Amino acid sequence: MSDILVDIQHLTFKRGDRVIYDDMSMQFQRGKVTAIMGPSGIGKTTLLRLIGGQLKPEQGKILVDGQDIPQLNRKDLYKARQKMSMLFQSGAMFSDMSVYDNVAFPIREHTRLPEELIRLMVLMKLEAVGLRGARDLMPAELSGGMARRAALARAIALDPQLILYDEPFAGQDPISMGVIVRLIRSLNNALGLTSVVVSHDVNEVMSIADYVYVVAEQKVIGQGTPDELRSHPSALVQQFLQGQSDGPVPFHFKAASYSAELMELAK
Amino acid sequence: MIVDKLQQLGQHSIAKIQGMGRATIMLFGALIAWPTPRKSFPLLLKQLYVVGVLSLLIILVSGLFIGMVLALQGYTVLSKFGAEQMLGPLVALSLLRELGPVVTALLFAGRAGSALTAEIGLMKATEQLSGMEMMAVDPLRRIIAPRFWAGVISMPLLAMIFTAVGILGGHLVGVDWLGVDGGGYWSAMQANVDFQQDILNGVIKSAVFALIVTWIALHKGFDAVPTSEGISQATTQTVVTSSLAVLGFDFILTAVMFGG
Repeated sequence: MSDILVDIQHLTFKRGDRVIYDDMSMQFQRGKVTAIMGPSGIGKTTLLRLIGGQLKPEQGKILVDGQDIPQLNRKDLYKARQKMSMLFQSGAMFSDMSVYDNVAFPIREHTRLPEELIRLMVLMKLEAVGLRGARDLMPAELSGGMARRAALARAIALDPQLILYDEPFAGQDPISMGVIVRLIRSLNNALGLTSVVVSHDVNEVMSIADYVYVVAEQKVIGQGTPDELRSHPSALVQQFLQGQSDGPVPFHFKAASYSAELMELAK
Repeated sequence: MIVDKLQQLGQHSIAKIQGMGRATIMLFGALIAWPTPRKSFPLLLKQLYVVGVLSLLIILVSGLFIGMVLALQGYTVLSKFGAEQMLGPLVALSLLRELGPVVTALLFAGRAGSALTAEIGLMKATEQLSGMEMMAVDPLRRIIAPRFWAGVISMPLLAMIFTAVGILGGHLVGVDWLGVDGGGYWSAMQANVDFQQDILNGVIKSAVFALIVTWIALHKGFDAVPTSEGISQATTQTVVTSSLAVLGFDFILTAVMFGG
């Protein structure tokens, strides 16, 4: 069995005429937490959707456990998705079901287990995220952090091989952020998962990731372990990691000369 | 100038055709699967309740009032010719052939169609549909198919209920209030209503409208731009497009069924 679970080779993806990824390659090691960081709007979520087969690339291969996802037919793609899970930024909880039914949903859909066994599995998953007591609540009654944890319980319901996290820390208060950081790491170790975390929360990601890719300008601009990245020579990587407002990514949106525009107004 | 207009027209037409193509693909995707009764039946039952049973009140009240108005208007004209006995057939035929299927479809589009579009649009906006896909559950089969069948099954039934209540409403006004002979009301109706020509054709019309309205509602929700503005537009489009489609198809069906 290869050490690499996800192997992205020479990926090119466009949205209309806009190039999102240009000949990009990256690899995610089995059993590790790999982070993808980068400024907003560079298509980090798009990358997760490409891995999940919800979008098709223009060129390149996306191998998950040896299967080229874009080439799979519908039936095989759905089979491949049973081995992966995605935690959406919004949680994507089904609003017409309780937390319990949400977590039970994938189990009921893909297995024919008796209800008692499903109950046992659901309670175990909810216990893992600390929400066993909230099982009868509806998603609308949960706080943002709790909704994400409940969604995490649902994502691990069928013990997937690969779990894709889309901005898991966005909009969280420090306590729930700490809880989610701890959960991602501990679930990865306890369940032997392979985790891919897309985020721009530098400190949180660097604290749990085994390997980090920094993506900008349609390609990987830096990669390595968190320690290697901290001493990375690229100015762009450093600007991003240190959160500097100006640098290779300019503070100002592209515009005509400021003085020229002011002079024009004065005329 | 003219070239620009032509270009706009072309773009608009292509967008419309693409939309119809996406709607067809969506419907086929939803219906092509082999149903699994263990999972599909409870989902269908729930949607029959949401789409059908919850629309009952508006159908019952509207049917009653439309039947009453028909009787009132019919009576004033028929009585001028001493033909009050024909009030029964007038009410029954108007309802069976036209008003039952058409008004039910219009009410259904406003009550259930808009709700379907908003529900599916919001599911899309909150990534519930994507989430389902990533859980290897096809939203077309899990979400669209049961709603489609619920609409197709419930609308003809609602139209029958609408017609029946309308006829009772006509009786209430014509017989109980205006004094038309009750026996004559029913016997003239029996003599003049043909099962195949009137009742069956009405049901066929209603089934066609059910298909059109439910399909449009589901497609508009599924294809909605996942923003609050997009969903509000999609909901409006559902009501407008399906109402116009119902009226257009009603003319075509009437011409085919009763025109010759």
